[in-house]
Amino acid sequence: MEKFAQHTGVGVPLRRSNVDTDQIIPAVYLKRVTRTGFEDALFAAWRGDPEFVLNQDAYRPGSVLVAGPDFGTGSSREHAVWALKDYGFRAVLSPRFADIFRGNSGKQGLLAAQVAQEDIELIWKVLETHPGTEVTVDLVAKQARCADVVVPIHVDDYTRWRLMEGLDDIGLTLQHEAEITEFESRREPWRPLTLPAKHLPPVEIVAARPVVPTLPTGDDALV
Amino acid sequence: MAGTLAEKVWDAHIVRRGTEGAPDLLYIDLHLVHEVTSPQAFEGLRLAGRPVRRPDLTIATEDHNTPTLDIDRPIADLTSRTQIQTLRNNAAEFGVRLHSLGDADQGIVHQVGPQLGLTMPGLTVVCGDSHTSTHGAFGALAFGIGTSEVEHVLATQTLPLAPFKTMAITVDGTLPPGTTSKDIILAIIAKIGTGGGQGYVLEYRGEAIRALSMEARMTICNMSIEAGARAGMIAPDETTFEYLKGRPHAPEGADWDAAVDYWRTLRSDDDAVFDAEVVLEASDLEPFVTWGTNPGQGLPLSASVPVPAEIADENERVAAERALEYMGLTPGTPLRQIPVDTVFIGSCTNGRIEDLRSVAKVVRGRKKADSVRVLVVPSSARVRLQAEAEGLDQIFLDFGAEWRNAGCSMCLGMNPDQLAPGERSASTSNRNFEGRQGKGGRTHLVSPLVAAATAIRGTLSSIADLGPDVVAPDGSPLTDSHADMQPA
Repeated sequence: MEKFAQHTGVGVPLRRSNVDTDQIIPAVYLKRVTRTGFEDALFAAWRGDPEFVLNQDAYRPGSVLVAGPDFGTGSSREHAVWALKDYGFRAVLSPRFADIFRGNSGKQGLLAAQVAQEDIELIWKVLETHPGTEVTVDLVAKQARCADVVVPIHVDDYTRWRLMEGLDDIGLTLQHEAEITEFESRREPWRPLTLPAKHLPPVEIVAARPVVPTLPTGDDALV
Repeated sequence: MAGTLAEKVWDAHIVRRGTEGAPDLLYIDLHLVHEVTSPQAFEGLRLAGRPVRRPDLTIATEDHNTPTLDIDRPIADLTSRTQIQTLRNNAAEFGVRLHSLGDADQGIVHQVGPQLGLTMPGLTVVCGDSHTSTHGAFGALAFGIGTSEVEHVLATQTLPLAPFKTMAITVDGTLPPGTTSKDIILAIIAKIGTGGGQGYVLEYRGEAIRALSMEARMTICNMSIEAGARAGMIAPDETTFEYLKGRPHAPEGADWDAAVDYWRTLRSDDDAVFDAEVVLEASDLEPFVTWGTNPGQGLPLSASVPVPAEIADENERVAAERALEYMGLTPGTPLRQIPVDTVFIGSCTNGRIEDLRSVAKVVRGRKKADSVRVLVVPSSARVRLQAEAEGLDQIFLDFGAEWRNAGCSMCLGMNPDQLAPGERSASTSNRNFEGRQGKGGRTHLVSPLVAAATAIRGTLSSIADLGPDVVAPDGSPLTDSHADMQPA
């Protein structure tokens, strides 16, 4: 994972609360089997609206999203993070993030930084008054800066350390493989195994068919 | 030291305690996999040359993309077909057990775990799906994860997890007739909000929860995520053990006895301290429906569409205005007067056999409203078989409903089962987000009983609107407590 210490880029004010992951990327875009190429899917339902913030020239090159509270609620889809990253976002600021979204962001090097609602309002004012203004998100100093507004950001220490070092979680965990093996040796026999598979006897499943209107038959068909 | 249920299960799974701000490393007992959130995880393993550490703790099923018609024919949507084929290839390559479309054990991942007896008390259960919270109904610590975490669990059978806070949600009293566990959870979400549970594991307790069947408990835990909580739990009891005993993967003999002895210890101690507490009185509840575009925007069915101008909080007022515009609703309209185009009965929230029985009980011998399309989609192929064995399929067909094969279906519209733009549904599923059931679709979340009554009348309705003749075989009105109810 790429190291993240500080980023400066155009700030995008998203004046909405409860932006759920279905809004960030609708389910129809989840059918791909790749991890990239989701930029066109970001906020797909809103991108058709010329008034939408990302359709305005000043905000189009944005890389710091400044959103209302409860960002990333709902579905666990990591595609939401991929779509934001693929579009070019490196950081999202919000007064409150959904837990799964925040976790997914940390794994993918997208900074999800918590910022107090009143501070978000201050940044929104700058970005709306002067579209195209850059926001600097500084993990070292734990602050966001936008014109003359300087506000604290909150990221948990562990995520901050991992982002700054660019560390991969799986590699970190596998350093403790001996402890995992030791834990497994103490597993109680009642805990379930999926293999060998046990199930009720196999039964043939009949396919449901579309309901088609009854076609006229016999004499009626001639009318 | 006194502990909560969630803390007890957490502590029993610590492989390595985190130090200096690092999270605890937890062991995962059961990993459920489906086609949408796994392809990039398997790809990651392949690129790193890593195997699946414990295929014997992993099980996969096809559910999100699967069609509910013509399942014996090639899937028409090419990208859906590719994604499902990718899961089949990955399962074969990495030795993971897979229940494919057409297999009797195929179904929504959160139905497959419980029905096979794989979901049990005291486990840690994860899946790349936020409704994994469903399994908490058994007293398991179960939560949704992202694809990077799916890869992490496949590779290591563990997850580094930041500590959570605990919230006790006590539901006292008895549910009134015509109300169900769905109404309990919609009322809880309306009360604490879609962000109210963030950072918490919820524990549902109290007389009304204890009285619920296993399946009704699953409905409640399923929607914990809609309150922002990753997990919701209910302490296991005789209802839990009864549900599990004899299922294919349930422990047997001495293992069963040892398991039950341990499971009985899985309850919050009397002096355990929760970080937050919420209390609800079940007897005050009515059938609940949502009017807006998040699950917290819900009201009792007897209420009217809110008037945004009367909402003091600016953020909430703006959110309500936006929601009503999307939903095409006029402030002040009685909810009962809202006509719907589609009734969807299914999903991991309310697509189980008890849900189908309670709907069948209401619609038996009646005809659906002409203006309404009714889709009944069982949560698994086994549920479908069970319903057919009980003759429920014929009741639905006579009613004018479509009887489909199992899957997630219109809950999220990844398959052809979608709302058209502007179309309105009463849906027993879990999310009323903009476009969730199809671009431009408008969703009202409801219980199976409200769905049934709405299908009959064509407007949002409760069974009380159908007159006094809708009763259970013992003569009492319909509620969740009639879990064992058989169709007459």
